[in-house]
Amino acid sequence: MSNLKILVGCKRVIDYAVKVRVNSAKSAVETANVKHSLNPFDEIAVEEALRLREKLGNNVVKEIIALTCGPPKSQEQLRTALAMGVDRAIHVEVGKNDSETTNTLQPLAVAKLFKAIIEKEQANLIILGKQAIDDDANQTGQMLAGLLNWPQATFASKMEINGDKLTVTREIDGGLETISSKLPAIVTSDLRLNEPRFVTLPNIMKAKKKPLEKFTPEQLKVDVTPRLENISVTDPPVRKGGTKVDSVDDLISKLKSAGALE
Amino acid sequence: MYYSYAPKIISQRVLQLSGKNLFTRNNFVLSNISKKVQLNLLRNFATIESNTSGAEIPAKKHAPTKEVNFTTDKYTYLRRKNFKEACIPFLTQDDIKFFTSILPANGLIIDKEDDLMPYNIDWMRKYRGKSRLVARPKTTQQVSQILKYCNDNKLAVVPQGGNTGLVGGGVPVFDEIIINTNNLNQIRSFDPISGVLTCDAGCILELLDGYLAERGYMMPLDLGAKGSCHIGGNVATNAGGLRLLRYGSLHGSVLGLEAVLPDGTILDNLSTLRKDNTGYDIKQLFIGSEGTLGIITGVSISTPRRPRAVNVAVLGFNSFQNVQKAFLTSKDELSEILSAFEFWDINALKLLKAHNIHGKKFPLEDNYPFYVLVEISGSNKSHDDEKLQNFLEKLLTNEIVTNGVVAQDDTQITSLWSLREGIPEACSKAGAVYKYDISMPVPVLYQMVKDIRIRLQSAGVLGEDKLVSDVIGYGHIGDGNLHLNIVAKSYDPKVTNLIEPYVYEWTEQHKGSISAEHGLGLMKADYLGYTKSPPMISLMKQIKQSIDPNGIMNPYKFLPTQ
Repeated sequence: MSNLKILVGCKRVIDYAVKVRVNSAKSAVETANVKHSLNPFDEIAVEEALRLREKLGNNVVKEIIALTCGPPKSQEQLRTALAMGVDRAIHVEVGKNDSETTNTLQPLAVAKLFKAIIEKEQANLIILGKQAIDDDANQTGQMLAGLLNWPQATFASKMEINGDKLTVTREIDGGLETISSKLPAIVTSDLRLNEPRFVTLPNIMKAKKKPLEKFTPEQLKVDVTPRLENISVTDPPVRKGGTKVDSVDDLISKLKSAGALE
Repeated sequence: MYYSYAPKIISQRVLQLSGKNLFTRNNFVLSNISKKVQLNLLRNFATIESNTSGAEIPAKKHAPTKEVNFTTDKYTYLRRKNFKEACIPFLTQDDIKFFTSILPANGLIIDKEDDLMPYNIDWMRKYRGKSRLVARPKTTQQVSQILKYCNDNKLAVVPQGGNTGLVGGGVPVFDEIIINTNNLNQIRSFDPISGVLTCDAGCILELLDGYLAERGYMMPLDLGAKGSCHIGGNVATNAGGLRLLRYGSLHGSVLGLEAVLPDGTILDNLSTLRKDNTGYDIKQLFIGSEGTLGIITGVSISTPRRPRAVNVAVLGFNSFQNVQKAFLTSKDELSEILSAFEFWDINALKLLKAHNIHGKKFPLEDNYPFYVLVEISGSNKSHDDEKLQNFLEKLLTNEIVTNGVVAQDDTQITSLWSLREGIPEACSKAGAVYKYDISMPVPVLYQMVKDIRIRLQSAGVLGEDKLVSDVIGYGHIGDGNLHLNIVAKSYDPKVTNLIEPYVYEWTEQHKGSISAEHGLGLMKADYLGYTKSPPMISLMKQIKQSIDPNGIMNPYKFLPTQ
C-alpha cells in the first residue's frame, strides 16, 4: 500500500514509577497530584509508527495521527507524541479530570470512539499499546478489530510492511509466532517491539505548532456510558517479614514445620 | 568527601527487558535499596557468622582480586605516633576483657584478617590500614565507654561510617582501633509538622530518604554513595552532593548533634530548634571535622518537603561559555525551582559509552563538547512545565544550546540521571583514578581541565597507550565545583608528581578550595595551606589540642602533619 495513514493510541496513565495508593473510599486509586505519563506501551506504538515512516519514507507513510480519549490534561500526552514526531493529534474529551475518566471510561467505549475517528480519518494502520498499565484491561485493540471487522495482530514484538502485506512477530508462551495479514489492520505493541526515543528540544518547539483537534463523544455520536460496575479496589496483601534462624538445623526444622520440607 | 561513587548505586528503576511483571509498581521500597546496601547487609551477616564460629587463627585464605598496598608503603613520610599499640600481644588480657565486657560478640572483630579487611581498606581500594580491632557499638553509652578507655590508655581510634570516603579519612593508617557506626542505626523521631528528623549516626542515607519519602519529605542531601554512606559520616565530612544547590550545606540543615568527646563526655545537643542564638555554635565545629574532635552518634536534621513535580532535561553545548550562559539563564527563568545544574564533558561521555555503564542508548545522537543536566522540582507540574518551556525556548532562540532532550516520564528521568551518576563508575573501570574535587569561580572552572591536559601532554604521558589515558571534567556548575578525574594505568609516582602539587597551586592561584566536598582526610591534610592561612591553621590546631589533648582521634589526617 503506498498510502499509509497510521493512527496511534495515546493513553494518559499514572507514571509507571509512582507507587499508587488506593483512595479512602476503596473505589479507585488516588489520581490527584500524582504524576501522569504516556502509557509506556503506547509510547512504543508511537515509536513504531515513526520508525515505519523513517524506513518506508514519506511517500508511503503519508501521515501519523495520535489519538487520546480522556480529560483535558491528556493533551499533555498528545504533546509528548507530537514532540516525538507525530504529525497531528486528536483529543476526544471524556471526563473533567483523571479520576472521572478512570471511573467512567471503559475499553468498549474507547474502541467505539476510535472506530468513529478511524472512519472519519480513513486511517488504515492502527497501532495501539497492548494494554494500559493502569487498568491492565488488554481489550481495546481486540474490541476495535471486532467493531471494524479488521484483522488484528496483538503483542507485536516485530512488525514489517511490504506493499499491503503486514507481517508481525508475536510473543507467545514458549516462543515466537509470525503471522501476516493484509492492510488495513490493527497491531498492538508488546514491550520488545522497540525502545522509544527521547524527545529533543527542537522537536518540542515544533510540536507546539502542530494541530490538535478536539471532539466530544456526542459529536462522534458514541455512547460512553459504562457497562461494567466497579465494586471495589483494594491493596494487595502486605508481605509479612521473615525471621532469622540461628543454625542450619533450626532452618530445617522451621522449613519442616511450614511443610516446605518432608 | 562522602560524595562518593560506590559501584552501581543507581536505583534500578529502568524498564527491565525481561520478566513478566514489567510495569507493576509494588515492592518499590525494596527495589530502591541498592545492591550496595544488600552487600552491606550480607557483609554484616558474614561478620556475625565468623565471630561465632570460634576460629582463632587468622589466615590469609583468599587474597582480594588485586592486593591493595598498605597506606604506609605509599606515604612513607608518615611516622607512627607514640600511641599504645592496638594489637596482640600489646593489647593485654585486660584490654580484651574491657572490650568484650562492653560489646557483644557480633560487635567486635579482633585479629581476624579476613573480617578486618573490609574495614581496613577504603572502597576505592586506594588506602589500607593495619588495624587489628574493630568495635561496632550499638549505643552512645558504649561509644562513650570505649572512647574514655582508649583515651585513658592512649589508644588511637578512627571513626568509620559507610567507608565510602574518597580521601582516606575513614580507614586507619597504622593500627588505630576502628569504631564503626554500622550498629548505631535507629531512627529516633520524626516530626511531620516541622520536618525534623532525629536519628542515630549509622543510619544509611538512602534508607532515611526512603523513610521520609513515605511521609512526604526527603533528605536535604543526595549523593552517589547514598546506598552505603551513613548520615553521621555525611555530617562529619560535611558532604555536599546533588541537592546542595537547592537546599544548602549541612551547616544549615543540621539542627543538632549528639557527639562523644575523646574523654567519654557525651555532648547532647540534639536540638530540633531552627533558631537558637545561645553561646558558641559547637555543632558547627563537628560538621566537617572528619572525626578528629569526637564521634558523632546522633543527628537531628531539618528535612524539606518532597517535591511533587520533577522535570529533567539533558542539553548539549558547543562551548563552556555557553554552559555558563545557560546557567545564568536558568537562574533567571527557573530561579526557585532549579534543583540541579550538573555538567560533564565529551571525554566523560565517551567513557560511559566505552564501559557501557548506561546500557541503554544515549539520549543525544550527535556528540557535543559539553553536556548539562538540569533538574527542576516544585509543587505544581503545569507551573514548572511552563517555566521549563520558557527556559528552553530562550536557550534555543539565543542559540546558546545546540540540542537537548526532556524526560517525559520518571523512567526517563532515572535514565538521564544515570548518565551523570555513572561517570565515576566508568572512570574507575577505565583504570586507576586520581580524583580531585575543587571549587572555584565558575568562569575558570573548565580551564583547569584544559591546563592539566596540556601539562600531561607536554610531559608526554597523556595518550591511549601512555601512563595517563584520559582527563575528565564534570561536576556541579551550580556550586562552582569541579570533579577532575585523571585516569591512569596505575597510581604511578611519576604521574602523581606531575599532578601534585600543580593542581593545588593552580587552585590557590584562582582563589579556589582544594576540597569542595570530598574533605581532606589523609590525601589532602598536608595541602591545607593552599586554601587556609597560617593563623587559621594554627587556631584549628589549638581547637584540636583542647578537645583531644592526647591526639587519639583520627590521627595523621585532616590537619597538616608537618
